[in-house]
Amino acid sequence: MKLKKILPQLATLFVVVLIFGFFTMNAQLNMENRGIDFGYGFLTQESSFDVQFSLIDYSGSDSYGRAYLVGLLNTLLVSVLGIIICTIIGVIIGIARLSPNYLIRTTAAWYVEFFRNIPLLLQIFFWYYAALRALPLPQDAEAIFGASYLTIKGFYTPSLNWENLEIFIYSVIAAIVAIVFVRIHAKKLRENQGKHLPVLNISIAILFVLPLLTFLFGGVNVGYETPELKQLAKTSFKFEGGLSIPPELLSLVIALSLYTATFVAECVRAGIQGVGKGQREAAASIGLNRKQVLNLIIMPQALRIIIPPTTNQYLNLTKNSSLAAAIAYPDLVLVFAGTALMQTGKAIEIVSITMLTYLTLSLSISFFMNWYNAKIAIVEK
Amino acid sequence: MFKYLKQLTSLVAMVAVLFTFTTETMAAKKSKTLKNTQKKGFVRCGVSQGLPGFSNADAAGNWTGVDVDVCRAVAAAVLGDASKVKYTPLSAKERFTALTSGEIDILSRNTTWTLSRDADIGLTFVGVNFYDGQGFMVRKSSGITSTSQFKNGISACTNIGTTTELNMRDFFNSRGISYEPVAFEKADEVVAAYDAGRCDTYTTDKSGLAAQRTKMSNPDEHIVLPETISKEPLGPVVRQGDSVWEDIVRWSLNTMIEAEEYGITSGNADMMKTSDNPAIKRLVGSEGELGAAFGLDNDWSYRIITQVGNYGESYKRNIADTGILPDRGPNELWTKGGILYVPPAR
Repeated sequence: MKLKKILPQLATLFVVVLIFGFFTMNAQLNMENRGIDFGYGFLTQESSFDVQFSLIDYSGSDSYGRAYLVGLLNTLLVSVLGIIICTIIGVIIGIARLSPNYLIRTTAAWYVEFFRNIPLLLQIFFWYYAALRALPLPQDAEAIFGASYLTIKGFYTPSLNWENLEIFIYSVIAAIVAIVFVRIHAKKLRENQGKHLPVLNISIAILFVLPLLTFLFGGVNVGYETPELKQLAKTSFKFEGGLSIPPELLSLVIALSLYTATFVAECVRAGIQGVGKGQREAAASIGLNRKQVLNLIIMPQALRIIIPPTTNQYLNLTKNSSLAAAIAYPDLVLVFAGTALMQTGKAIEIVSITMLTYLTLSLSISFFMNWYNAKIAIVEK
Repeated sequence: MFKYLKQLTSLVAMVAVLFTFTTETMAAKKSKTLKNTQKKGFVRCGVSQGLPGFSNADAAGNWTGVDVDVCRAVAAAVLGDASKVKYTPLSAKERFTALTSGEIDILSRNTTWTLSRDADIGLTFVGVNFYDGQGFMVRKSSGITSTSQFKNGISACTNIGTTTELNMRDFFNSRGISYEPVAFEKADEVVAAYDAGRCDTYTTDKSGLAAQRTKMSNPDEHIVLPETISKEPLGPVVRQGDSVWEDIVRWSLNTMIEAEEYGITSGNADMMKTSDNPAIKRLVGSEGELGAAFGLDNDWSYRIITQVGNYGESYKRNIADTGILPDRGPNELWTKGGILYVPPAR
């Protein structure tokens, strides 16, 4: 009886292993025939190509391994920025779609229908090529807030120059730890003695006061550097100094967030509408105010509906960020699965590393969201 | 079980070989690529995604260019019809994988012959059909007339996955100039970004610059700087390990160049059959048995010349008459001051 259950599974496993083995052997045989070596040794070789934009120090004299890291960090940067922005826009639009105001409701609906029905690559091209052409050359750019410039070569804004930045960061971490303790204490107080502490106000105070103290006593100081216009040739200028954000990053983040936000908005709307009308009425009948109804009754239930499909959207955004290659944003696909693959010719090795990386990224996001989903799930008593 | 399977397959293969031995020539049997090509009825050729003069498709989908002509020459030699070519447009990044994985049989896509490509990644370069070098394009209005006027912080648009990217780094590093590389996957995207003003300069092979200039919104606003920063011998590539196919592609190209040297054109090839010069007679197939070595008939080179033309005709048709590079420069025959020199066909 038991054997009857196990046997089909064993057979399936055997077939899967066989297929996998066949493809591996086939690849090995063909590569041998064509004189292609297999190995990951190239990762330590000098890459000898430069990358436009990287979060860590990198030049062509560094290794392919480091080039991989540059690409990975750039992919993460776009994904994180995209996820944050699309969540903010998505939640606003999602709630706006349920607004009693006709204008707000209709505008939100149009936004969703418009942006989610145009292919993403087309939108990226639009934001890069069409919007880019409309931007002024550096020498013609008007200052925004006195010292920031949006030009065809990128967005330039003053950068902060920190002294003793690490002390400041430690203080922020300490503040967060302190807030966690306050919350635990407040919860105990509420459950044991029924007292309510103004947790939010205390948290904000800690978050501001503690880092502020480091300025006064910790020797932390912050200055700023503004971008300056520099002439390269008669009609060719650029900004130097300050923080510069390349137009490739800007357009990619804009396109990805606006596109994904439409799906997030629909998740949010569905989540809120999915909570029974009776819940709202019951909450109101026991005397909760509007804010309490939303925070204590509607949102906790809505989130359970919102989170799983939104996780999918976050995963999509991360994977879609690989379209960066089309507009020269040096992400993992462009730098590693593009230039590095080309220069080394190690197609199987590089593609396998890239696939594994995206898989790891997606699974990490998935695990985190599952954990969050489990945390907010209703605990049956 | 696997042991027996192996023996069985080799037995089947041996029987198959015995049967086909009589119908096929030695060379064709040795060359899997040639055999497959003849069976399919077309040459599988990897080209660019659109580079005027080299490989470019018109609105009707007809491909033209000097790189395209190499594939057409091979089709004329092997299949008897220069039009029996299936073109696969490839990005710089995809090209070698497409060739090594067997998706195409000839890569004729303005590809630079370098040591590492030749030795490392399972490829064999068969010759050079265009001698080129990397250059820079700038806007005329910038007032830049030489690369010595480049300053720190210059942004340069280019293609990814090319030797250009590496040369550019060597060039700027050796001069101690900091620069911002903006690398796109497709040539059209590079041109669009440079044209929009994203970059101060656009760098690639000079022939490419000349060709892409014709695509810009206002070609007269741009100039190609005189300096050449690298050697870029461009030529067709085949997979490693099929020496007969390699020879066929190499000598198809050589035939075009040799034909120009002896003054044989698509127009006069018929008359040349009765020429007094044995070298000419060999090229038009009226003397000798040159094709046999490849497993081809004796008219293979005659078909190349009549259907595709000699190298000079191809250059004139695709590059000179289209206004891309009217001056042949180094791509002139060695007898006329250039460096085109091919081994004799005999």
